[in-house]
Amino acid sequence: MMSKSLRGIDLLHLTIDDIRRIFAVDDRGLLEEMAHAARELTRRQFGRTISLYAPLYIANYCENECVYCGFHASQKSMPRSKLTMEQIDRECEALAATGNRSVLILTGESRFHSPPQYIRDAVRIASRYFSYVALEVYPLDEEEYRELYLAGVDGVTLYQETYDRARYDELHLAGPKKVYDYRVSAPDRIARSGIRHISMGALLGLTDWRRDVIALFEHVRSLEKRHPGVEFGLAFPRLRRVADDIHQYQEVSDRDMLKIMCAARLFFPRVGISISTRETPRFRDSILEFGVTKMSAGSSTRVGGYLEGENKYEDGQFEVFDPRSFDEIKAMLRAKGFDPVVTDWRNIVNS
Amino acid sequence: MDDKLIVRGREFGSRFFLGTGKFGDKEAMRKAIASSGSELVTVALRRIDLDETDENILSFIPEGTTIMVNTSGARNAAEAVRIAHIAREAGYGDWIKIEVINDSRYLLPDNQETIKATKVLSGEGFVVLPYMHPDLYVAKALVDAGAAAVMPLGSLIGSNQGLKMRTLIEVLIEEIAEVPIVVDAGIGRPSHAAEAMEMGADAVLANTAVADAEDPPLMAAAFARGVEAGRMAYLAKMGKERKGAAASSPLTGFLYDE
Repeated sequence: MMSKSLRGIDLLHLTIDDIRRIFAVDDRGLLEEMAHAARELTRRQFGRTISLYAPLYIANYCENECVYCGFHASQKSMPRSKLTMEQIDRECEALAATGNRSVLILTGESRFHSPPQYIRDAVRIASRYFSYVALEVYPLDEEEYRELYLAGVDGVTLYQETYDRARYDELHLAGPKKVYDYRVSAPDRIARSGIRHISMGALLGLTDWRRDVIALFEHVRSLEKRHPGVEFGLAFPRLRRVADDIHQYQEVSDRDMLKIMCAARLFFPRVGISISTRETPRFRDSILEFGVTKMSAGSSTRVGGYLEGENKYEDGQFEVFDPRSFDEIKAMLRAKGFDPVVTDWRNIVNS
Repeated sequence: MDDKLIVRGREFGSRFFLGTGKFGDKEAMRKAIASSGSELVTVALRRIDLDETDENILSFIPEGTTIMVNTSGARNAAEAVRIAHIAREAGYGDWIKIEVINDSRYLLPDNQETIKATKVLSGEGFVVLPYMHPDLYVAKALVDAGAAAVMPLGSLIGSNQGLKMRTLIEVLIEEIAEVPIVVDAGIGRPSHAAEAMEMGADAVLANTAVADAEDPPLMAAAFARGVEAGRMAYLAKMGKERKGAAASSPLTGFLYDE
């Protein structure tokens, strides 16, 4: 049973204000009800299918100083590299050979080392191996997004990290990322460029997750109204502290995570929700039923990680907590009654 | 009972069409197609992976079933046309379900772009079945554009809400004589399917309600029977529903009083 303060909330017609009330309480009965409703809604909208993808790090040079990230510029112990087009081709080949058809290309945030032309050339190569190519790179101008769209980009992932401006300023010490407004306005530019999928998220734990998740929901909802043809996706990465970071963060418990994911599904019935390999296998497998539509599998977060194979979990942007291979993830999904979807898009030559 | 559905010259023994998305495993999908007796299934081009034979959805579709590729993911007419071309080049035949959706929250079809795509693809010899929002003018325009059938939505995709569009679909059934009317989307129960067929729809397409059931093959068979029952009732010209009892002494009797 829900507590009294939550009477009148209709889980299938949630308002932002309802979500605020839900986030303010820790109510076991409510969470159970939300989980049931989220599972039901996810099945109706997506059936029992989960799409698979893998990240492909092509460069890790970075000009930013995000205190919480292992890639940040002054991290001198981090080996920096950038793949040549020939190496990218071989990485794509190695990754595609595992059976993956959907790729998320990542660079560090350096316009100098990984300029838009470099990203564009990488996209052209990746398009030959994958049916779906997405990018997670620094924010760009609309014309630059447009060029990438024409080169074959189907989706862009861009996390605001936090919607708390003061906290954002405090945690991003230097670099182009310090300009909050250029980043927060990027999804509108992406949508106008023609790119069909935009994945958004906040790095939970930087500040009070409740405020960040509410701000994220409001941001996505306003974008949906402006750009109805775009498919939006959500992700809720939890902060994992890196070694030399002394800042204070707020913990996001497994229970909080479940509540956030269920709220996301109930507020956005059609939005894709992904769960990253930063989460443990146990948590990933348990949370699948409640709204997840996408997961990464067989991931390496290291530049050149797929060819090297052996050391693919060292020196990554973050530690991979779920080291299972593409085939192992597929087998797990089947055992749980899900159909692992490998192909969910086809390059139709954007114009 | 000899009551074949004919779409662009092709005969179908079953008036139940099945969508192949959303199934938890492809083997259940294969069994559902078989148990329903459906002779036409829709497959999203975006889900077909030719490189992986064990995963390829097409290898789970029984021989002899008509495969109609849908243009899921197309946001405008040009994209739908491109998807149809890829499908044809890949050898999936000429049957195309046009889905042009430029609204990712409700998945409502864009009627204007759907008409454009229908015109182009029909002109190229495709057998085009457009998914549309039930509007009489649009239905007529689709017929003029060369559609082989018109597929109005019963309610929002995946909503299981049944025939929320009932009144408007009835208008299409009454007024569109040239091509079959196939009710698509929102059909959540066999009784919804039966209801559409009783109204005079020519066929029903379902997906979510079957794929999402605990036992998809059993549910698929239930839908097929719902469709059959509704069709038989329609052919039997069932009595109209009456509010209250029928007067036993005729109201117009005074006209004939001597």
